[in-house]
Amino acid sequence: MAKRAFNRITTIDRRAAVKQILAQRGDALVVTGLGSSSYDVGTVDHPNTFYLWGGMGGACMIGVGLALAQPKRRVLVITGDGEMLMGLGSLATIGAEKIKNLSIVVIDNELYSETGMQPTHTSRGVDLAGIAKAAGFALSDTIGTESGLKSWIPKLYNTPGPVFMALKVNASRYPLSIRLRDGAHIKNRFRENLLGAKAFD
Amino acid sequence: MKAAAKPAAVPAWPRDIYNVFKQVDIRQVAYVPDAGHTQLIRACHADKAMRAVSLTTEEEGVAMLAGAWLGGERGALLMQSSGVGNCVNMLGTIRECRFPLLMLVTMRGEWGEFNPWQLPMGQSTPAVFNDIGVVVQHVNERALVGETVYASAMMAFQSNRAIAVLIGQRVVGFKDWSK
Repeated sequence: MAKRAFNRITTIDRRAAVKQILAQRGDALVVTGLGSSSYDVGTVDHPNTFYLWGGMGGACMIGVGLALAQPKRRVLVITGDGEMLMGLGSLATIGAEKIKNLSIVVIDNELYSETGMQPTHTSRGVDLAGIAKAAGFALSDTIGTESGLKSWIPKLYNTPGPVFMALKVNASRYPLSIRLRDGAHIKNRFRENLLGAKAFD
Repeated sequence: MKAAAKPAAVPAWPRDIYNVFKQVDIRQVAYVPDAGHTQLIRACHADKAMRAVSLTTEEEGVAMLAGAWLGGERGALLMQSSGVGNCVNMLGTIRECRFPLLMLVTMRGEWGEFNPWQLPMGQSTPAVFNDIGVVVQHVNERALVGETVYASAMMAFQSNRAIAVLIGQRVVGFKDWSK
């Protein structure tokens, strides 16, 4: 895998990729990281998606608490490279805890898209999948081709975790997709759909 | 003949906290270790109905317990006051989403502290929590720790708010550096 400026080589489009991944979500629970990943996932909204509009660096650990509380469901965290870099310690915690029903997808365009397209460390060779692997993830890789993505999607839902995929995407930018941004509402909607009446005990 | 040294008395308040955890059905315990929480952490790890998770930084625990609540479980976050500043931005998320959050903070930087580096964060802890919207309950008597944690848990999980119980250095004990 090329280590430098991969966003100029890969043809993968973030929105198309996220749509493809979520088309197979089944009963999986989804957490998104602050920034473009929330907007990508918002194009295919679902009540059991928890969108972060803040709390940068916290997406993976929300996934941990959720995965421990719902051991029979797969929890999929979809976040960006900038958000993941702010929470690198959580990869160590997840690797140590060996959370079996947790998968993490980093939509890696090597840029801070929301703040003016400044390069992130992944554009300079920092290998997130390598870090996850070294932290003890059961499966971890960097994917940069359509065929690679296609063969990886079932692993996100079925392979015993923790599973990590850094998906190298091109630098296209998109407008906001989802208007829903009241945090209490996003939380209550998620809980009501998952827990029914118990959500408001 | 000299009498055998008495074993150091084990304080009851960590056990009181553990009993409250059982009473209010705490299932996930996230922590950055503190000497004051040693017994409690050990008890939580030994309990098969609980998952105790060691963190790399306290803010991980704030996010983790938001996830626990999304999934229908109650949790508690254990830390020392020096970790409170690490949590501030994530506590903003707790406030915006009205997540319940129970934090048990063993205090440093007060009541006999020997390490001057502990004072800035320790003395700022109540103000920092107040500023970000966390309700603070201070407890300075060992006998009141259990009921304070219970009352705080009720408030957190029934009113969907973040509550921090500050367990004073007077409860935990301090190193006497003059000796």
